[in-house]
This record gives sequence, C-alpha cells and structure tokens, in this order.
Amino acid sequence: MELINIGIKSIFIENMIFAYFLGMCSYLAVSKKVSTAFGLGLAVIFVLLFTVPVNWLLDEYVLKEGALAKWMPAALGDFTEINLSFLQFIMFIATIAAMVQLVEMVIEKFSPALYGSLGIFLPLIAVNCAILGSSLFMAQRDYSLAEATVFGFGSGIGWFLAIIAISAFREKLKYSNVPDGLKGLGITMLITGLMGIAFMSFMGISI
Amino acid sequence: MAETIEKKVVKKPSEPLLSKRRKKFVIDPLSDDNPITIQVLGICSALAVTTQLKPTLVMALSVTFVMIFSSLFISLLRNLIPTRVRIIVQLAIIASLVSLVNEVLHAYAFDVYKQLSVFVGLIITNCIVMGRLEAFAMGNKPYDSMLDAFGSAMGYSWIIIAVAFFRELLGSGKLFGFAVFDTIGWSTFPTNGLMVSPVGAFIILGLIIWVQRAKMGYVEQH
Repeated sequence: MELINIGIKSIFIENMIFAYFLGMCSYLAVSKKVSTAFGLGLAVIFVLLFTVPVNWLLDEYVLKEGALAKWMPAALGDFTEINLSFLQFIMFIATIAAMVQLVEMVIEKFSPALYGSLGIFLPLIAVNCAILGSSLFMAQRDYSLAEATVFGFGSGIGWFLAIIAISAFREKLKYSNVPDGLKGLGITMLITGLMGIAFMSFMGISI
Repeated sequence: MAETIEKKVVKKPSEPLLSKRRKKFVIDPLSDDNPITIQVLGICSALAVTTQLKPTLVMALSVTFVMIFSSLFISLLRNLIPTRVRIIVQLAIIASLVSLVNEVLHAYAFDVYKQLSVFVGLIITNCIVMGRLEAFAMGNKPYDSMLDAFGSAMGYSWIIIAVAFFRELLGSGKLFGFAVFDTIGWSTFPTNGLMVSPVGAFIILGLIIWVQRAKMGYVEQH
C-alpha cells in the first residue's frame, strides 16, 4: 500500500516539473514535437529507474554515517565513526554519468531500434536536473530500496506525462496568434503554470 | 643563404582591466543576452527557491560563487583537458565547488540550508554553469572567463530576485520577512495563495519574460 502511495504521489502530486521545476531545461528545449518529446521521456524513465536504486545502494552502504561498518571486515579497523556524506554530490553525479553511459551501451546492443530513436537524447540526460534531483530527494526522505525504486520510476512517468502534454500544446500553438514578446518561452511558461493548476487538483489524494 | 628571419617582437600594451571588450562580457548577459529569458538556460533549480527573498539571495550568491570559480579552474586547465572527457572533468569541478558551498551553508546558515534543501545540490546540473564552461571558459583566458561568468551569474540573479520579489510580496505580503502591507496600514491586503505555490513562479516568470522581450523587441523564431 505504501508503495502504491509513493508511486501515485511521485507521478501526480509531487510531479517533478509542476511541483519542483526539475528538468526544466530539456523540458523547454525538446518539447517542440511530440515524437521527440516521447523519445526523451522514455529515456528519462529508463535512466531514473536504474539510477535511483543504484544511488540508494551507494548511499546506504558507502556514504552514510557508519555505512562502511556494515560490510567492511572488522580486522581493517573501526568504520562506525566514518561519515562520507559530504561526498554525496560528487558520487551521485558520477553514478548518473556512468549509468547513462551504461544504459546507452546496453540499449545499443540489445535494441538498435530503440537506440536509434533515443540515441541523441541519452547523453543529454546526464545533466538533467530531474535525475540528480530524485536521487537527492530519495536520500533526504530515507526511503527503503523498494520505495526508492518505485519513487524513481514514478518520477520518470510524471516527467514523461508533463513533457508529452506540453509538446502537444506547442504543436497546436504554431497556428495561434501569440503576441510577439510572448512567443516561445513566455507562452510555454504560462501554459505550464496553467497545467500546474490542473495538477494541483490531485493534491491530498492518498490510498 | 643563411638569412635569419628576425621576428620583431612588438610588446602590446596590456589591456586595461575593464576595457570596452571586457565590459561587454559583464553587461551583455544582463539584458541583451540574458541566460534565463533569452538563452533559456538554468530555469531548473532556480524557481523552486523563489518563494521568499532571503533563500533566493543566498541561492544567487552560491551560483555566482560556483560560476566564477569553476570558470577560473576550467580556464586554467583548458589546454590540459582532453576533449573526450571534458564533461566529466567539468562536472567534477562543479560538484566539488557545490559541495564546498553546501558545507559552508550547513555550518553557518542552517535555517537557509534547511529551506534550500536539495536545491543547493542541483546547482551542479544548472545548465548556465555548464553552458558558460563549454561556450566560453574552454577557449578563453582565466580573467576574461571570470568576468563572463560573473556577467551571466548577475543576469541569472536579477531575474530570480525579481521573481522572488513579486512572489513574496503578493503571496505573503512581506519582503525579507518584513510585513510591508501591515506597516503601511493596509492590513486587509488579500494575499494570493497561488503565488506561494509553484504555479505562481511559472506565471510570474512568463510575464517577466514577456515584458523583457517586448522591451528589447526580441522575437523567438519557430
């Protein structure tokens, strides 16, 4: 039950875009066509699904206070006092960069068709704030491994929904008469605000 | 045949510290080439902290610090970094500086640190920082790169401070926690709850972009 709750929360209520503004750069830059937005959205779900659990393991068994003591042999010394959490940012971003590279290689090997459609977007994802953001949220909220996986997957789906919706709007916007200064970025921000109001109606849902 | 070609060494007068060319690095990003409203970079981590002015100011200072020093280091190392691994090198330098900022905030400004939570860490993936490193610091001298980073950081800062100003004023009737409307005797001022929620940030930023672009006459091409 708790897992479903976290899933729904991360998709609708605490949506990466509408509640935390994460991943706005690629959200604005790659949302001119639905087909490319679809590709990027899939890639984000994919990478989030893998990076959040991996970062959870890293946090739990290496970075937290006393984490090393859980598996290091006692003969090597006393590890209970060691707290490496100041390395969190560097380790997380390194994992993300490495995972993106790995995911790229795996997709290329096993599904060339998917690779063809995602290809150019995968490297971009390493610097997508939504990925680093969900890892940091995961660490801050003390999730368990299962919860972290569900949270990562849900955040990905939420981001995917948001970018598909905005790209559909922007395809239609081409035929609208928007004031000059508002064209492009301005109107996209306003529409995102209105979509945010719509997503606010999910607030308070829990199972 | 032994002709020696003598190369005449002309010593150029050194450029003044703030020459016209260098002033351009600082002035341009403030409006004509603003990182947020024109280049569409760095919106990611910025908007979430703008509900109040104080954390916004701290965020702006942190980003300025990280940008200036990452530009300095990358620019010093620019001839040593192999192009294939440059992204990783840049990320490592940015992440180290951000960790530094994070530890300092943790130690000396704990309440702001609590408010900013994960968003200090997200400076790492702020596109403005990496954008300036890629576009400028990789190919220019340290001092120029620092000026360029300073200009972009200021362009970013004034936008997020403007957003925070309107959000705090309209959302809770305060500025830096000081109750403005109560003081001027308008205690029934209707505060707008939407401004405190993320939706307000999108709409305020959309309007600021509109005003700024309309003033400059910049039109985005589809």
